Amino acid sequence: MIKDYLLEEKLPLFWCPGCGDGIVLQSIMRNMDQRGWTKEETVFVTGIGCWGKADDYVTTNSFHGTHGRALAFSTGIKLANPDLHVLTLMGDGDGITIGGNHLIHAARRNVDVTAIMINNLNYGMTGGQYSGTTPEDAITKTSQKGHVEHGFDVCDVVRASGATYVARGTVYDIVQLNKMIGQAMDHKGFSFVEVISPCPTQFGRMNGMKDAPTMMKWMKERTVSKAQAEKMSRAELKDMFVTGVFEDRQEDDYYTAYERTILRSGGKV
Amino acid sequence: MGTIRFMQGNEAMTEGAIAAGARFYAGYPITPSSEVAETSSVRLPEVGGLYVQMEDEIGSIAALIGASCAGKKSYTATSGPGLSLMSENLGVAIMGEVPCVLIDVQRLGPSTGSATKPAQGDVMQARWGTHGDHSIIAISPSSVQDCFDLMITAFNYSETYRTPVIFLSDELTGHLREQVIIRDPGEYEVVERKMPDCDPADYKPYQFNGEAAPLPYFGSKYIFKINASMHEEMGRPKDEPVNSAKVVKHLTDKIEGHIDDITITRKYMMEDAEYVIITYGGATRAALSAMKKAREQGIRCGLLQIVTVWPAPDKEIREALAQAKAVFVPELNLGQYISEIERRNQTGIPVIGINQTDSRPIFPDTILSKIVEAAK
Repeated sequence: MIKDYLLEEKLPLFWCPGCGDGIVLQSIMRNMDQRGWTKEETVFVTGIGCWGKADDYVTTNSFHGTHGRALAFSTGIKLANPDLHVLTLMGDGDGITIGGNHLIHAARRNVDVTAIMINNLNYGMTGGQYSGTTPEDAITKTSQKGHVEHGFDVCDVVRASGATYVARGTVYDIVQLNKMIGQAMDHKGFSFVEVISPCPTQFGRMNGMKDAPTMMKWMKERTVSKAQAEKMSRAELKDMFVTGVFEDRQEDDYYTAYERTILRSGGKV
Repeated sequence: MGTIRFMQGNEAMTEGAIAAGARFYAGYPITPSSEVAETSSVRLPEVGGLYVQMEDEIGSIAALIGASCAGKKSYTATSGPGLSLMSENLGVAIMGEVPCVLIDVQRLGPSTGSATKPAQGDVMQARWGTHGDHSIIAISPSSVQDCFDLMITAFNYSETYRTPVIFLSDELTGHLREQVIIRDPGEYEVVERKMPDCDPADYKPYQFNGEAAPLPYFGSKYIFKINASMHEEMGRPKDEPVNSAKVVKHLTDKIEGHIDDITITRKYMMEDAEYVIITYGGATRAALSAMKKAREQGIRCGLLQIVTVWPAPDKEIREALAQAKAVFVPELNLGQYISEIERRNQTGIPVIGINQTDSRPIFPDTILSKIVEAAK
């Protein structure tokens, strides 16, 4: 039962109406349930921010640490006990901004954790300041005349870093997202799913989309599939969300490779 | 009997960690601590353990903490610049109450300073480097044998009190080569983590009564939350004044309340001493030599070596002050730990700092000349 993973006494959720975080958490729990993951063998590792509150609502093991370091904590957890299912939840602040260094190295090492990064294009919890994924010209609390920087294409970064599973979905297309999260959980090695998600309270309000349906519609209109994107120019793809699976291959994960070092050193695995 | 070896302090730390049962190292190489990383990368896989070199010191201590939660005794080694980066997640280990050992082989700072030169400039950083009220255990070795023996103590304290322990070494001791006995298992005490024995449904990962709650590991039958934000006994977030006050006080009481069990000091010729050297770590060897030379000149000189620099051994410092006509505090810094002596000096005897930050070790004659001058 999916509800077995949900700490119901902590409800209602802290997230704002129209936030996508609850949709993603439900998708994760649905996939856990389908796979029969036990609470004992599962650890949620979270960062800081709205999505970093997700561990409050789970009945499994959890680790709530510092901003941006969730993947580094996860690396230790997984390498010390490779039998665990480690789910690392990060926002765009955690994942690619303050924690970008941990992200590229976790991807390169191919540590067998499942990273779900919700990208809501701004720092929602602290009042809507710009992050490493905020698009150019967007209005935020710290870019009130329009943002002068470009946002990261996070999947490109993670893929270039050597991740063996990389996908991007949106909370609008929940069917596709469920599938991606399931694939990421089944994947042996570092798996990364970026989820584009609305923040009507902060990003939306400051950019002319103060209700959830308007933001959902905006997200839908800006989403193109990987196949469509291949036919579009760089200029046409500006500010668009390209969804799909960008990488899915098998390579030895870090622990499997390290086991050989242990054996070569005369140690027992 | 163990095995007699000739090795470097940094290498003996690795042997001590493995003897204590450590099976996980995450770190970022930095002079003058890198030999701990190098020897750990060789020795850990031999005993089925794991070495991982992280992207930076922030990630290193995070991986340590994660591995400890998953049941492995974990350690890292760094120097001042790395300890600065680790200070962020040192707070996670304190607030989350996760055992781990951080070796700091001190070098001359501030900043990158002089990478290969000795100093004891991190003693206050070890105490207060991470923000917020807390207590901490820091152990300072002065010989290669200490690097082995006290490393086991560091892990034992870490597991007993569910706390990070800083192994506050320095370039002098880390790079010192001398004889060491690598003791056989059974010749030393190893403390294993206290697992809960209650029904898993009743388990709470935290208690706020000044005692460490038992800690299982991720993957056991006990399901638990580790939380570095303010939390209640289940590890769930709670921002409520009574609870917050209790948590913060607990984190200090958990260590300060056991100061007599934690404190390790060594006394040399203290029975009749009128002139007392109080020192720690790499400055100790020169101070001992100065003490002997002073005795040869007929000066009643003694030495109190503080091994557990944090929590500061209140009783032992007060006793030394009570019997002394003057106290000398040699340190390879401009006078950091001396404040711990001065604030306990109720009779107003001279407390004389002997300080050096010129990148060289303190020589015995530098200390001796101050003693001779005071004893005139």
